[in-house]
Amino acid sequence: MFKLIPRENVSPVLSLLGPLFSVGLTMIVGGILFYFLGVDPFAAIKMIFWDPLMSETFSTYSIPQIFIKGAPLILIALGLSVGFKANVWNIGAEGQYIMGAIFGASFALSFYPLESIVIFPAMILIGVIGGFLWSMIPAFLKVKFQVNEILVSLMLVYVAEQILALASLGFLRNPDGAGFPGSRNLNQYTSASNAEIIAGTGIHLGVLLSLLMVIFFYVLLFRHSLGFKIKLLGNSPKASGFSGDNPNKLIFLCLTLSGSLAGLAGIMEVAGPAGQINIDFNVGYGFTAIIVAFLGRLNPIGIFFAGIVMALTYVGGELTQFMLNLPAAAIQVFQGMLLFFLLSFDLFVHYKIKLKGNK
Amino acid sequence: MDLSEINFAVLVASLIVASTPLVLAALGELIVEKSGVLNLGVEGMMIIGAVTGFIVGVETGSAYIGMMAAAMAGALLSLLFAFIILIMQANQVASGLALTIFGLGIAALMGHPYTGIKSPQISTISIPFISEIPILGTMFFQHDLIVYLSLISVLVIWYFLNRMRAGLILRSVGEDHDVAHSLGYRVVTIRFLAITFGGAMAGVGGGYLSLVRVPQWTEGMTAGAGWIALALVVFSGWRPFPLLIGAYIFGGITILQLNLQAIGVNINIALLSMAPYLATILALVVISMSRFRGNRGAPGCLGRSFVTIT
Repeated sequence: MFKLIPRENVSPVLSLLGPLFSVGLTMIVGGILFYFLGVDPFAAIKMIFWDPLMSETFSTYSIPQIFIKGAPLILIALGLSVGFKANVWNIGAEGQYIMGAIFGASFALSFYPLESIVIFPAMILIGVIGGFLWSMIPAFLKVKFQVNEILVSLMLVYVAEQILALASLGFLRNPDGAGFPGSRNLNQYTSASNAEIIAGTGIHLGVLLSLLMVIFFYVLLFRHSLGFKIKLLGNSPKASGFSGDNPNKLIFLCLTLSGSLAGLAGIMEVAGPAGQINIDFNVGYGFTAIIVAFLGRLNPIGIFFAGIVMALTYVGGELTQFMLNLPAAAIQVFQGMLLFFLLSFDLFVHYKIKLKGNK
Repeated sequence: MDLSEINFAVLVASLIVASTPLVLAALGELIVEKSGVLNLGVEGMMIIGAVTGFIVGVETGSAYIGMMAAAMAGALLSLLFAFIILIMQANQVASGLALTIFGLGIAALMGHPYTGIKSPQISTISIPFISEIPILGTMFFQHDLIVYLSLISVLVIWYFLNRMRAGLILRSVGEDHDVAHSLGYRVVTIRFLAITFGGAMAGVGGGYLSLVRVPQWTEGMTAGAGWIALALVVFSGWRPFPLLIGAYIFGGITILQLNLQAIGVNINIALLSMAPYLATILALVVISMSRFRGNRGAPGCLGRSFVTIT
């Protein structure tokens, strides 16, 4: 048998190697899966990981798309990572993302067709507040009644999805929409449109904000004492209490950050790429962001790259859907596998492994 | 709106059917958590059970063979989780989430060609004599085998945990794995077994969902049932009988809102559909506020990795 010897310091090389190794292994095992689905594994892997970046036919469209799909993932994952460090498990970012979009869009559409430069920034703020308020429900219940935040935040995703249905079929339905579900298109409402900032690419303000947030979180976590306090709460709640930190405050802080950023991602998406509130508005960014947070090792710079890799699998996944007729769920399997490999690899990061009797 | 259209006896009978997947999955998770492991992948194992059970059921024409396949599929997926958390020492919360994401993906892939097909029938077994009792007979004694099995499981699991030596060992591993280890119990083996049992139960629960409860395969059909099963374990204070009652209350709310939708009550469908999830949150709050105080009954080592360092 083997025995485990804890490492005194986490090996930086290994902790960087983990994500790379996991992506590689996912490609291999994914390839085997494709083979069984009757798809040429080499063509499929190339189409997911290579063609969006390098193919002349696709890359002009898909490179900006990677950033557009990466933006919500990065924004949400940044917020989640802080909580995950502190052992505060908000897994309902999908719901906060939806509520951000609904809050912001409702606010903006209530002024339609009035045009004003105030509407856009106010709409973003309201969107952030929407996500924030939705995340305050699990925060409050956890602090006040010690209710498990994992279950509450997740249950609230289903509730948010129903509110989304309510909005698309009811209170936000486009009055000029001939009875079809869905709100007015915010892209056709100048004051509320999250228009592209680089012409012809679709790159919008949310992409820029996701990059700024990476820097902001880097400073917050590594150059500010708050980063230390959060880590302390996660690793040793008792020590955290002795050092005079109020764990409840930190719980609120973690959920505030993750909820607000999910809300921001939601309002950016609905006013930008999605355009309108509709039943199928949410596509699972809130859940994929959990993987992004781990793939990025809960580190802001890591999350940036992880978000890009994960967005690549989305864009490449869409390509395979069109070109090779591969089911959309294949990408979800990919993402789940990636997370498995990644979590397993942590063993080598935290422990040295020796054969027993082999000293 | 006419509330008299709702037949009370049929309502209770259908709430039992609606609750059965939850009872099965939650009982499995109860054993897993009693061994000190938190498996958040119940949703993933249920949906794998649902899709495998459905496919095998359709191909063999037997719902029971389908149900057995569902159990095996759930157990197989849970082995993956067991390996990652017990051998590779991965974080249990994150691994459980990965299991759910993975399971939902695999199930969607597998089930794609089977969308919209009808499942084979499962026969109900009317228990002689007592099923003839008016009202009560309809409610409780005209069900399929799995419903009876789920009720027997509650009894067996209660007996196992509270009256059997093996159950005591399982609990001791969950309460303090270091002490259990020093007493010579094989923590990892016991947890492996518990996780596999939990996977099989979640699988059957999923199979029941696609073969009996709905009965059809649709992508993402578990719709949070696995998470609700997790909530039920907390709600029950880690005890089998309160778990059963919790599941039936919950099934009752689901059936009631479905019935209200069916007879066209003047409440928005979206609002009614929220009810089960809001009820779950409310139940968790109430149980935390009550005299049971939060996590009383939660195993001491719940969610913690076990490492032997020599």
